[in-house]
Parts: sequence; C-alpha cells; structure tokens
Amino acid sequence: MTSKHREISIAEFFEKNKHILGYSNPSKALITCVREAVDNSLDACEEAGILPDILVKITKVGENVFRVVVEDNGPGIEKEHVPRVFGKLLYGSRFHAIKQSRGQQGIGISSAVLYAQITTGKPAVVLSKTDGGKACRFEIMIDTKKNEPEIIREEETEWFSPHGTRIELEIKGSYVKERKQSVYEYLRETSVVNPHARITFITPDGEIHEFRRITSEPPEPPREIKPHPHGIEIGPLLAMLKTTRARDLRNFLKTEFVRIGDRIGDEIILKSGLNPKADPHSLTREDAEKLLNAFRLTDLLPPPVDCLSPIGDRLIMKSLMEGYSPEFVYAVTRKPRVYSGHPFLVEAGIAYGGEMKEEKVTLLRFANKIPLLYQQSGCALTQAAVSVNWKNYGLQQSKNELPVAPAVILVHVASTNVPYVSESKEAVSGIPEIIEEIRLALQECGRRLKEYVERKKTIQKRKRKEEELLKIIPLLAEKISEVVEKEPIDHEKVIAKIMGKVYIARSASNGRAVIEICNFSNSRKRFRIYEMCDGGINGDRIAKWDVEIEPKDTIRIEYEFNGKHVNVKPLVQGIESDFIAGAEVVRFESGAEGTEGFT
Amino acid sequence: MNLEQKALRALLNIAESIYDQLKNGMIPEVEISSRTKYNIEFDEESEVWVYGDRTSTRSAKTLKGAYMLLRMAYVMGFFKDQIKVNKSSTLRELYYISENWGLAKFDEQSDSDRLIEDLEILTAFQREHFHIRPEEDGATVVGPIKIREETRRGVREIHCQDDVGEGGYQIPVNVDRLEFVEHDARFVIAIETGGMRDRLIENGFDENFDAIIVHLKGQPARSTRRLLKRMNTELGLPVVVFTDGDPWSYRIYASVAYGSIKSAHLSDHLATPSAMFIGIRPSDIVKYRLPADKLSEQDIRALNAILTDPRFDTDFWKSEVKLQLELGKKSEQQALAKYGLDYVTDVYLPERLAELGVIKA
Repeated sequence: MTSKHREISIAEFFEKNKHILGYSNPSKALITCVREAVDNSLDACEEAGILPDILVKITKVGENVFRVVVEDNGPGIEKEHVPRVFGKLLYGSRFHAIKQSRGQQGIGISSAVLYAQITTGKPAVVLSKTDGGKACRFEIMIDTKKNEPEIIREEETEWFSPHGTRIELEIKGSYVKERKQSVYEYLRETSVVNPHARITFITPDGEIHEFRRITSEPPEPPREIKPHPHGIEIGPLLAMLKTTRARDLRNFLKTEFVRIGDRIGDEIILKSGLNPKADPHSLTREDAEKLLNAFRLTDLLPPPVDCLSPIGDRLIMKSLMEGYSPEFVYAVTRKPRVYSGHPFLVEAGIAYGGEMKEEKVTLLRFANKIPLLYQQSGCALTQAAVSVNWKNYGLQQSKNELPVAPAVILVHVASTNVPYVSESKEAVSGIPEIIEEIRLALQECGRRLKEYVERKKTIQKRKRKEEELLKIIPLLAEKISEVVEKEPIDHEKVIAKIMGKVYIARSASNGRAVIEICNFSNSRKRFRIYEMCDGGINGDRIAKWDVEIEPKDTIRIEYEFNGKHVNVKPLVQGIESDFIAGAEVVRFESGAEGTEGFT
Repeated sequence: MNLEQKALRALLNIAESIYDQLKNGMIPEVEISSRTKYNIEFDEESEVWVYGDRTSTRSAKTLKGAYMLLRMAYVMGFFKDQIKVNKSSTLRELYYISENWGLAKFDEQSDSDRLIEDLEILTAFQREHFHIRPEEDGATVVGPIKIREETRRGVREIHCQDDVGEGGYQIPVNVDRLEFVEHDARFVIAIETGGMRDRLIENGFDENFDAIIVHLKGQPARSTRRLLKRMNTELGLPVVVFTDGDPWSYRIYASVAYGSIKSAHLSDHLATPSAMFIGIRPSDIVKYRLPADKLSEQDIRALNAILTDPRFDTDFWKSEVKLQLELGKKSEQQALAKYGLDYVTDVYLPERLAELGVIKA
C-alpha cells in the first residue's frame, strides 16, 4: 500500500520532527509514551470485551532516564504480529478502519519504541500472551531506514497472566508530579472516562495510586463502518482503490462506502465523467480527484451513527462523584451528529460544590475517551466552554474565560474521526457543528446546576423560616396564656403541625390514659409506643403497641393503669426524633418484656 | 359595664380565641377585613365608605403572620395592664415600649400604629377606649364659634376669634369632649396648607364671610376629621375643602368626605359625606391659567390609582383626573397669587363658593 521510499522517509521524518507526535520536551515525552501504551491497552480490552486491569510503573534508572512499564490483561497479540505492531510505523488495523478508537493514526506505540531507541539506544521489551497460547518475549528495535521491525531477541517464556501484553521502554524524560500535565493527571482523567478500567500507577518514588473500577460493565465496543463519501480524503481513497476486491467502479462505490446504492452510485459516476466499468485498480490520482468532486456534488444521507461508543451520562456522573466528591453532579450524552461525513457525539458533565474550592473551574477535555492535557486554549472544547454564558446559570465568569466556581466541567467528543489540530492529538479543531453540540450539552448542564442551586436556596430559606417559627410559637403561647390568665399551653402539637411531624400526647386521669397520635407528615409512619407504670398496665410493668398511621390520620390508644407513670412522655421506637414531637425516642434491646402489642 | 370594660372584653375575646386554637393544637389565626381600596364599599345609610366583606387571614403558618400574632398578644397584654391601672399612652410611646418585648418588638412606628388599627377593626372599638391617643398634631381652628373644652386644668370657654391669637384654637386629641357653645358661622372651610390658611386669616376671610377656617395640616388627623364631622352634623354647617391641585391633595379631600382606606372602620365616625371640594381643580388650571408644574412619575401613578379607587368613581372626578393626565400639570393653592394676594379671597373663593351654592352670588 505504501512505497518503500515513503516508508523510509516516515521513520526519518519522525526522528527529525519528534514534537509533532508529542515528544517535544522530556516531561511530555514521558507522558506520551505512557499514553500510547495505555490507549492501546484500553482499545484492545474494549474490542475483546475485557474489563481492563492496567499497571503503569515508572522507575528512575539514571539521570533523566526512566523505565516505563505498561502491563494489561488484554487479549494479547498473536506472536507473528508483535514485531510489526511495535516495530513498524503506520502499521495497524486501525489506520483504515472507520470506527471510534483511541489510537487513530497507527503511529502510536511504535513512535514510543522509536523514541526510546533514539534517546537511550535500548530496544523495547514486549511480552504478550493470547488466551491458551504461550507467552513470547521480544526485544524489538526499528530499522529507521526501511521502517521495518528489527528483532534483537525472541523467546518463549512463562507468564502467570492468562492473557495480556506488557511493554517495557527505557527513555530519556523527566518526571513531574502534582501538575495539570503529568502522568498522574493523565491516568486520573483516563479513569474518569473509563470507569470500567482499574488502573494502578506506581510512581518513581514507589507510591502506589489506584484508580478504582466503578462499573463492571464494559462499554459496548464501537462498531466498524465503511467510510462515508463526504468524509473521505484523497490518500485513503487512493489506498481503497488499490486494495478493493471490486472489479468495476460501480461495484467499488456500492461495496466500499456507506449510503451509496445503485441509483446514487450511477449519479456519482455520471457526475465524475468516469467509466462505470473501469477497473478501480487502474484509476489514476486525477480520476480519484474527479470522484471526490462528484462525492461533494451529490446529496447523501448522513452516515449511520450507531457506531459510536459514548461513556454514558450515568457513568460520567458516577465517575465525577468518585473523583471529586461534589454535592451535585449532572451529565448529558447528546444524540450523535455528523460533520463532513463523520459521525460524532458529545458528552458533557459538571460536578459542583462539596470539597471543591471556589476558583476557575477545571475543564476536563476528552476525545475518544483519552484525556487532552495540552493546548487547552487552542482547543475547540475550551472555546465552546468559554463561549457559554455561565452567568445565566448563576456562576461568575469573565468574558471569554472559564467560569469561577467550585466545579469541574467535563467535555467528551467521540467520533470515528476526531478532528485533531495536530498528530499529537492534543487539541480538537474548531468544527462549528462540534462546538454547537458542546454548547448545547453544557447549557443543559448549566440549567440543571442552576435548578439545583436554587432548590438548595429555597430549602435553606424554608429551614430558616421553620427555625424562626419554632422560636415565635412558644413565645406566643406563653404570652397569650398570660393575657387570658389561663394555664400554660403545650404548643408542641402546633409546632408538629407546622413542621409536618408525628405528634404524640398522653392524658391520664383516674387510672385511665389516652394516647393521641396525629400524623402531620406526608407519609405513612410505623413505630412502636411504650408506656411504663409502677403499678402496672394490664398486669405488666411495660406495655407496648405497634402503630401504623396514615398521613393526616389521628389514632387514639386507651388503657387502664395502676399507680403512676414511670416515663414522663410516651416512649417510641423505630422512628427518628426529627419526625416526632411530644414523645421520647428510645432504643430498646430486642426481647424487652411487656404485653403483646395491640392497636 | 362602661365602654372601656367592654373594649377590654372585646380584646380578651380575641386573645381567648388565639388561646383556644393553640390549646386545641390548631395553628392560630385571626381573620380581619382586608384593608385595600378593593375592599371598601359605599354604605347607603351612613353615606360613607366602609370595609366590605373581603377578609384576609393572618396565620402563624407564615412568619409574617406569626410575628403579627405575637405582637398582637403583647399589645393586648399591654392594653389590659394600662386599663387596669387607668393610665394612657401615645402611639409613639407604645412603639418605644415595645423595645422591651424581644422578638415582639416593632421595627417601625407605622407597624405598631397599623396593629392598633387592626385591633380597632377586630374589636369594633377605638384606640381611645384602650387608652391610646395620638400625638397632638397642632391643627387649628379660627372663626366665629365658641367652644367649651374640659382641660386638665378645668373647663375653658374659648371663642375662636376673640380668645385666640393668630395661631388659632388648637384642636385637642379627644374632640368628643368638646362642646359647641354658640356660633355665627355660615360654613366651614378646611384648608390643606399653612400658607393658604394664613393668607385667608390675613385677608380677614373668616370675618368677611362668616367662615370657620380649619387647617388640615396635610393628611388630617382623626381629631380634625372628627371635628369637621361634628360641626357638619351638629351645627348643620356646610364643609368645603380647599387643597392643592394634585393627586395627594385629592386623597386628603377623600379622607375628609368619604373616609380613608386605612381607617374605613371609623368612616361612620369621622367622614363628612357632604363635604365639597373647592379646588384647586385641574380645570381651574385651564380656567384661571394658573402657573403649573409638570406631573412627576409618582403623580401620574397616583392619578391612575385614583381612577380605580371606588371613592372617586364619579363623573366629576373621572373627567377632572383624565383632564389632568392630559394636561400633564399640577398647581398649588398659592399659584393663585399670580393675580395678586387678594385674588383668592376676592375672586376665586367667592366664585367657587357661589358655584357650590354655599354663598349667594
């Protein structure tokens, strides 16, 4: 598919242009190596439907030299593929596959291998085992002239794991901690959008961080779809023409693309001026451009969108809860949309309050479930977030800045083709359709947040009012008794009524007692009442009744007793004291003596 | 049982109702006539405006209601004690006394004044019966009438021209204790501003026209309105009201003639339904080409409010208020000085009084 000449230039090109792929400085290079390996692990597990268990270990082996180990429980790689996956740039099944995946360009892990090779001269050590197979250990380097893997050593070995892949690289780099751009932050954010993954990180200082798995449901693996004519570019189109099994152009269009049937196919060929019977393999670059032009001139249905795999609003909320302990969290997964023939979908979430500080909010950016740590200001996700008028939702905000609030905002864009600004996948470019979707998602989050904050305010206000009423009513009862010169009033019932509690009162005379129970709450209440008399109640010292009472109902319990009551107020069990007035809440040991309950 | 005892009984009935509600575990509330312009109606018999059937409930369910009931309990307790020891206090004193009532303390005197009015409505008694009186407001009378007043220093007979200085006879708080001995008056003229009252006296209007000049001092006190009412009903004297030409002044006239919205429960006692409005009418601004000021936003709002006030639902007021809104102007009484200091007594008032049939042209 690619000529020898081009292969050589790619490897050499990388050597001279490390920055484009994310290796521009030592600390970034370290993060990129981890990232490429972890992305691969997550993708592999997802495809195989395995819950990922990933270990990342970084050890310092010398001045500015680190050993990076990334180990997963993925499906492993067939022995014969291992050298090319790790030792050949632009190799990999993903390059032409149209589906949502973390690694998209197929440069990924081999670039890390090459970086290690350039900076320390050490080969990558790869261990891989497929289910039921034997573990293989490779030491791999890349022949940069030919862009071919160079196997230094290959051996069968023992590995306790049933399946998985482990890569070990020795690279020049620098390790930073406690910063927005660090291995730790990358892994933390990765775990936020991959709640099904467990990630263990061992730092050069020997600290162990574990990012827990909070759901045991693996995400639906993204489905592969054929390219959409509006989303294809000249390079891939040429490659498709070369590799297709179709014998003629008409058939090629029908079988290799979505949304092209016989009628549309004929329309495109007519517009292109090409021969429908032409052998696709014989078409020139000029012919391909004519075809592309005809694609553009033809109205087509948008591509199917069920090939995308969102994280899901519920999991985002759960992750944000887990990661930031907020008091409020909300997330939304938008319906898939299409830009230039590529399906995409947007998810957004907000976590508010709790332990977070009032400062400029942290924006967590994700594309195809990978965290974007760099180039925040040049990213469409940021542009969309700052363009939302957060003041509408009760947050402070300066023009063209993120709001100031105790909050974290999360934005995730999933697409079969995330429009990155550069190959290093650090920022998404400003596609209007994507920006608009993000805005809509964030606005919904904002509305929910505002509702929450306002509801909280009303509740607080009501509580203050209730507290004040609680002070006034007793004063009123006292003063009014004084004015009319009558016995003081027990105002508890009135307060119970205003506060919506269960009110219990006992009156007793001449050996007969009446307990009145009023339920002023809005729900049915069940509890047990105890009374104690020194002379006994119906022959026992303690009597108990099980009560079940509907809202607004009143129940009366009458009984005869001898002597005097031991308890000042009736005792109740099985209800919280916040919900009761006029009685005392107690906890009895089970099996307390007494008469059998009756109501 | 004397009136005071009856008033106290009525007060305690309210207290007992609150007590009983609390005792029975009910959230206490009192029901009271709602005091808005939408709840006053014309009483055919007495020809004054009184409260209608609409009531509002003040319940301890709300904070505002709970505070009101608590304060009411304290005020009732205070009245009770005061009547028992036969003391009295002023509205302002009561407000200061409430300083010691903790949560029941009033924030402003207008709040305590209002609560006392509520109690008047609820008991159908007047604050005087609870030994509460207003501050002297200094409104005065000048004219050919002799009044007998029981003062704290004995009975005095005062002729309101011969026995008083230029300041006139000061209307006491309890007008019902006055006795009209004799008079030579043909009518009573109630005047809004001090400047105009002084002008009439300097020009000898009371002597030349046999008029009793009563100074309203803005929105008139109950005592002033009571005095006007008594002169009108007991002496059979026509009462005319002379104010500035703006919405606030029309309300002064309305409270003299129809009763005020705030104390409609006392209209029967205080209002003089036959009182006539002399001016300044909006049409006078045109007719006499009076110097005028532009209406302010509040003036316009007040004028529009008058259009929906049932007391002003007459052809005269509708057309005058609409005219004023069209003109966008208002004039003061003293604008008449444009034609000289004697113009008001030589031309304007005689013309208007003749038009109203109070004097013969």
